[in-house]
Amino acid sequence: MSAGAGIPAPSALARRSILTIVGVLFAIPIVAMVEFTLRRGLEGGYDLSRWITVLTGDLGPAYRPLGQAIGNSLALAAVTVLVVLVLLVPTMVLVQLRLPQLRRALEFVCLLPISIPAIVLVVGLAPVYSVVARLFGSGVWTLAFAYGIIVLPFAYRAVQSNLDALDVATLTEAARSLGASWPVTIVRVLLPNLRRGLLAAAFISIAVVLGEFTIASLLNRQNLQTALVVVSKDDPYIAVVLALLALLLAFVLLLVIGRVGRGRTRKES
Amino acid sequence: MSSSTVVTPAVEPRSATAPRGSTRPVRPRRTRGAAAWGVAPFALYIALFLALPTGIALATGFVDEEGAFTLDTIAALGDPFVLSGFGTSIALSAFTAVVGALLGALVSYAIVAARPEGMLRSVIDAASGVLAQFGGVMLAFAFIATIGIQGGVTVLLRDLAGIDIFADGVWLYESPGLILPYVYFQVPLMIIVFLPALESLKPQWAEASATLGGTTATFWWRIGIPVLWPSFLGSLLLLFANAFSSYATAAALTSQGQSIVPLQIRAALTSETLLGRENLAGALALGMIVVMVVVMTLYALLQRRADRWRR
Repeated sequence: MSAGAGIPAPSALARRSILTIVGVLFAIPIVAMVEFTLRRGLEGGYDLSRWITVLTGDLGPAYRPLGQAIGNSLALAAVTVLVVLVLLVPTMVLVQLRLPQLRRALEFVCLLPISIPAIVLVVGLAPVYSVVARLFGSGVWTLAFAYGIIVLPFAYRAVQSNLDALDVATLTEAARSLGASWPVTIVRVLLPNLRRGLLAAAFISIAVVLGEFTIASLLNRQNLQTALVVVSKDDPYIAVVLALLALLLAFVLLLVIGRVGRGRTRKES
Repeated sequence: MSSSTVVTPAVEPRSATAPRGSTRPVRPRRTRGAAAWGVAPFALYIALFLALPTGIALATGFVDEEGAFTLDTIAALGDPFVLSGFGTSIALSAFTAVVGALLGALVSYAIVAARPEGMLRSVIDAASGVLAQFGGVMLAFAFIATIGIQGGVTVLLRDLAGIDIFADGVWLYESPGLILPYVYFQVPLMIIVFLPALESLKPQWAEASATLGGTTATFWWRIGIPVLWPSFLGSLLLLFANAFSSYATAAALTSQGQSIVPLQIRAALTSETLLGRENLAGALALGMIVVMVVVMTLYALLQRRADRWRR
């Protein structure tokens, strides 16, 4: 938990040069995207027309599938977070509290999806989804079952690092010996302490789902990313404007949640 | 799956496992058993959406169109076209992993002394998270806008410096064109996975080194680098795995051609005629898994070494 304060750090000059050079290199593609969206067709020059079109929502009926796809992605993100909260988190708390012998196994299972490329998973998911479609219909939300798997490593890491920082056994024993029932212990003692980890898990899951392309594309479902590819064939400028907006949204969300999470830890410790 | 079968089934549902006042030592077996049932939903989910699809993916490599067992598809992995796909995938992943790891480690080193709750750290954390996760399609757009035929940098170089980056043909949509976009998502991932290792260096070690007369260079050479080495190699392997399994960027950037394995899987999945064997997707998936198993085994071994210093 050390902040690294005591480790010999590079000089201010070295630090600034590294950050500036890498920062500029990483800014170039983003700047190029912005420049691209401002271009004015064949006559040259720049204007804001495409941004105005997108921001005023004045895209016309041709882009209706895009709105649908954004809705799909948001719904998928919500259901995926629900899968994480309902299936993963209770299991992790249970294993931490009552079944410590399963910890290694749980960790192994949760980190496994890192080593199974999504494209490999798709090969096997196709037949599974033909059954899923018969049971639940072919609604796009069913993809969240697959997304729950691909976010598993990230969600697990986020929640587990929070669990490790807590003395769950002592907290629970204290709550129980003061007369709290199990539900009360979980809702009023454990969950508030796990807030940071749960928030991080939820956010990283949302980021992964909004950026997911492989599974949706190969199972022929519409989400934000597959729709962006379709739009880009029609009007690459609008696609890039939307991509920039999505990047910005994700960045701001992550920044806000990072700040909130940090603010809480400092007060608590 | 195995977790729920090890223990004896309990009669009571999970909510009734621990009535008020019952403590663990009193009835350990019974509550254990009941608690184990609590992991059943998760185990079932994993079985259905992780174990089963992976099993099917691997199994389809061993059956022919009629469903009979065959090794022909596996033998197809020896096809020069497939082998060159694996070669390109491995070379691309290895190269971008090394470049990404070095750059990412450098950035981590530059920000390790920044206040953890400071704005700089927040911005870099958030940017790393977004750029590492949000690759794929948008990344392809970014690089088309940058070094595409009419990209900003392409045009600038041509008009200002007279350099035509595509003088030898348009390479952006072939495998060399994947290098820059891959590095772009590898560096942020390296920052995410390597920074915690860098932060786990204990200030006491620096103090001890300084007390014994060591310089900053001594600290890094004798303590920092030896301690961080396994973490660095582990992160490098993770980056390799990340690039090796990446599909979306390549898919959005190259609409035809199957230079890397994930694109060959796409071709095998979406077109049955192209390679002549439907189940080649399964065989290719098996090949990818084999590479990943090797990489992740090495990763686990290095992680265990690295953990020695984390306690």
